[in-house]
Amino acid sequence: MSKLRAFVYVILFAGAAFVVWQYQATEDIDEPETPVLHRGLPADPESVDPQKARSTQAGDVLRDIGEGLLSYAPGGELIPGAAESWSIADDGLTYTFVIRDNARWSNGDPVTAGDFAFSLRRLVDPATAAFYANSIAVIANAEAIVAGELSPDELGVEAVDDRTLTIRLEQPTPYLLALLTHPVTFPVHAGSIAMHGDEFTRPGNLLSNGAYTLDAWVPGSVLELSRNEYYWNNAATAIDEVRHHVLTQGVTELNRYRAGELHITSTVPPDNFAQVREEYGDELRVAPYLGIYYYGFNLTKPPFRDNPGLREALSMAIDREVLVEKIVGRGEAPAYSWVPPGVDNYEPRRLAFADMSQDERNARARRLLAEAGYGPDNPLEIELRYNTSDEHRRIALAVQAMWKDALGVETTLINEELQVLLANMREAEVTQVFRSSWIGDYNDAHTFLSIVESDNEANMPRYVNEEYDAMMDQAASQTNPQWRRVHLEEAERVFLADHAAIPLYFYVSKHLVNPGVQGWEDNVLDYHYSQHLSLAPVDATP
Amino acid sequence: MLLYALKRLLGAIPTLLLVIVLAFLMVHAAPGGPFDDERVLPPDTREALEAAYNLDQPLHRQFITYLSGVVTGDLGPSYHYRDYSVGELIGNAFPVSLQLGAMAMLLAVVLGVAAGTFAALRRNTLLDRAVMGFAMTGISIPVFVIAPVLVLLLAVKLQWLPAGWSGSGGIGRLILPVVSLALPQIAYIARLTRASMIDVLASDFIRTARAQGLGMGAVVRYHALKPAMLPVLSYMGPAIAAILTGSVVVEEIFGIPGLGRSFVNGALNRDYTLVLGIVIFYAALIVLLNLVVDLLYGVIDPRIRRR
Repeated sequence: MSKLRAFVYVILFAGAAFVVWQYQATEDIDEPETPVLHRGLPADPESVDPQKARSTQAGDVLRDIGEGLLSYAPGGELIPGAAESWSIADDGLTYTFVIRDNARWSNGDPVTAGDFAFSLRRLVDPATAAFYANSIAVIANAEAIVAGELSPDELGVEAVDDRTLTIRLEQPTPYLLALLTHPVTFPVHAGSIAMHGDEFTRPGNLLSNGAYTLDAWVPGSVLELSRNEYYWNNAATAIDEVRHHVLTQGVTELNRYRAGELHITSTVPPDNFAQVREEYGDELRVAPYLGIYYYGFNLTKPPFRDNPGLREALSMAIDREVLVEKIVGRGEAPAYSWVPPGVDNYEPRRLAFADMSQDERNARARRLLAEAGYGPDNPLEIELRYNTSDEHRRIALAVQAMWKDALGVETTLINEELQVLLANMREAEVTQVFRSSWIGDYNDAHTFLSIVESDNEANMPRYVNEEYDAMMDQAASQTNPQWRRVHLEEAERVFLADHAAIPLYFYVSKHLVNPGVQGWEDNVLDYHYSQHLSLAPVDATP
Repeated sequence: MLLYALKRLLGAIPTLLLVIVLAFLMVHAAPGGPFDDERVLPPDTREALEAAYNLDQPLHRQFITYLSGVVTGDLGPSYHYRDYSVGELIGNAFPVSLQLGAMAMLLAVVLGVAAGTFAALRRNTLLDRAVMGFAMTGISIPVFVIAPVLVLLLAVKLQWLPAGWSGSGGIGRLILPVVSLALPQIAYIARLTRASMIDVLASDFIRTARAQGLGMGAVVRYHALKPAMLPVLSYMGPAIAAILTGSVVVEEIFGIPGLGRSFVNGALNRDYTLVLGIVIFYAALIVLLNLVVDLLYGVIDPRIRRR
C-alpha cells in the first residue's frame, strides 16, 4: 500500500468513526431511577417468538415477558398462570382450563382462550417451522398436523368461550400441566401478527402477556424489559426494569459481576469455580439441575454392537466420584442412573454396580473385558469423541487414564467442533464412544426416558430394545400416576442393564446472586422468573 | 472521472461474484447444518424448517435464489436469529466495530508518534529506555492478555470504568476496549517513529536547520516530523488489518455487539446467511474503499488525474 493511499485510508476511517460516534452519543441512556435488575444471559435468544424459540436462554427471557396456562413458583412448584383453574376428565384425556378474567396483553386487550388455541395451532403448523412443534405431540392430531397430513385446525384444542379452553389428548399425559409452563405454549397476539407480519416480535410491536414487555433488543448485547402495567398480577411485581445482558464468555460475565454490573450470573466459568466459591461464599448458588452428562456408544457398529458386556466393563471402570470431585468439581452428582434425582413422582433406578467399591468394579470390569475377548495380548483400542471445550477435554483425559489403568484399554481422544460431532453422531458411521448430554424440558422422567426410545431422533446411541419400547408404551397408556411411574422405572432398569450409554454425572445450576436480590430460590428446573425477585433497598444498585 | 469510476465499479463485479461463489461453497461445505443442536430435530420439524429457508432445494437453486437477493440488496434472513434479517444484523453491528476500530487507530497514531518522537529526542537516556521497554512489552503481550488485565485492574478492582458494553452508554464503555485494541499498535508505532526519527535527525538538512539557529522543537515540527512519518504511514495498512482482526477478540472479551463477534458466532452457529452476508459486506467495502481512495488520489495529486 502506498503511503498516500494509506494516509487517505486513515482519514476516511477516522471521519466515518466520528460521524458514527456523534450519532451514537445521542442514544445514551440516563441512569435509571427505578429499580433495575441486571441478569446475565449466556447467548442471544434465537427468537422472542414463543413458538419459534428453542434455547434455554430464549426460555429465560420468554418466561419474563410471557405466561403460559400454568407457571412455576420460585421453588419450582406448579402454580396457576394465565389459567386460574383447570379440571381433568376421568379418562385423563380432556383438560378444561379457565382463563383469568383479568389476564391482559400489554396493550390492555384481554387474554382469551382463543389466543391459546391460536398459538398451540400455530406451534404445530408446518408453516411456522417451530423447533418444538413435536413437544405437544400428546395433544390429539398434533403429530399428523406436524407431518402435514392434517390442517392445524384439527388440533385437539378448542376455545369453548373467551375464558374456557379444552385440550384433548391422544393418551393420558400427567406431564401435560408441566408442559403448559413451557414458553413454546405461551400465547401470541393474533391481531398483532396480522398487523405486523414477521415483524410482530420487534420491540415496540411485540405484545406480551407476562409481567414484563420487551422495550429493546440489541443482538449480541442486551435485552431491555420493563413492567407490563396490564399484567394481571402486576401489583406483585417488585422490579420495574430487567436487563438481560448477552455474555457468551463466562469470564466476561464473572468480571461484570465482580465489577458490580450484574445482580445474577447465568453460570460460573469452570476455571474460576474454586476461587469464586472462596471469594463469594453464600452468593454462589449451586443446585441440582435436570441434566445428564453422558458418553454414548455407537450400537450400530463393532466393537459395541451386540456387546453389552464390553460396554458394561467400560462403564464400570470409570470412577465417577473422582470425576465429579477432582475433574468437574462444582458440586455435580455422580450418575448411576439415567434420570436425575429430584424428578417429580419418580425414583431413579440405579446401575447394578452402583453399590460396589471401585476396586470391585474394576475387577469385574476386567473379567467382562476378558470375556469379550480383549486382554493384554489383544488390547481394546477405541476412539472417544467430544466437542471442543476445556472441560470436555479434561473429563476425556481422565476417562482415558481410568480405562488404561483399570483395563489396559487404549483410547484415542478426538475433539471436534460441536457441529461436526453432531453430524458424526447422527450418521453413526465413524463414532465409537461420544460425549453428549441431555437437559430435561419439563419436570418428568419422560423427558429423559423418551429420548432413547427406538424411534426418537435424539437417540444417539441408536438404542433399540423392544422390551424398553413396550414398557414406555405401557407407561404412556396409564391414567394412574403410580402405575405409570412403575412402568417408567422399569423401563429405566431395562435401559441401564443394556449399558447403551455411560451416565457420568448430573448437572448442577451455578449462579452468583447479589445479596441484594430477594426471593431467589434454587430449583431443579433452574427457572428464576424476574417477577418473583425484588431488590433490597440497601443494595439496590449493584 | 465519472467514466473512470463507473469502469472501476463494473470491474469490481467479477471480483465480488467470485467472493460470493467461494464463500457460498465453503460455508455449505462445513459439516453440520444451521438447525443442528444437541437437541436433534424430528424429521418433520427439520423438513418444515428447511422448506421455510429453501434449504430443501438443490445447491445451485439455493445459490441462484441467494444471488438474486444479494443483487437487490437483500442478504436474506438469518438462520440463527429468526427475528432479524442479515442486513439488519450487519447494520447494527458494523457501526459499533467501525467506531471501535477508528478510535483505536487514532489513539495509536497520536500516542505512538508522540512517544516515539519523545524517545528519539532523548535517545539513550533512562526515559528513552523506559518508553522503549514499554513498547517492547506492548508488542509482546497479545490483546487477549491485555484486555482481561485491564478489566481486572480498572473495572473490577478500582471500578473506575465499566467492565462491559451493555448497561451503560456514553464514552466510558469505549475506553477499555479502545485502549486494549490500541496498545500493541501504540507500541509498534512508537518504535517505528523513534527509529526513523533518529535517522532523520542525523541527516544533513536537519543539521543545516539547526545551524541556522532554529530551536529543536521547531526543527522537529517543521522539518523532521514529516519525513519521519513515512514508515509510519506505510504501516497504516497492516495496522488497520491488525485492529480489525484484534477487534474480534476485544469484542468477545467486552461483550461488544460488533461485526467481528457476529462473524465468529455466525460461523459457530452455522448461520450461513449471516457469515456470507458479512463476507460480502467486507468484500464490497474494500472494493468501494479502494475506489474512493483512488478517486481522492486524483483530487490530491493532479498528476494522476492527467493519466
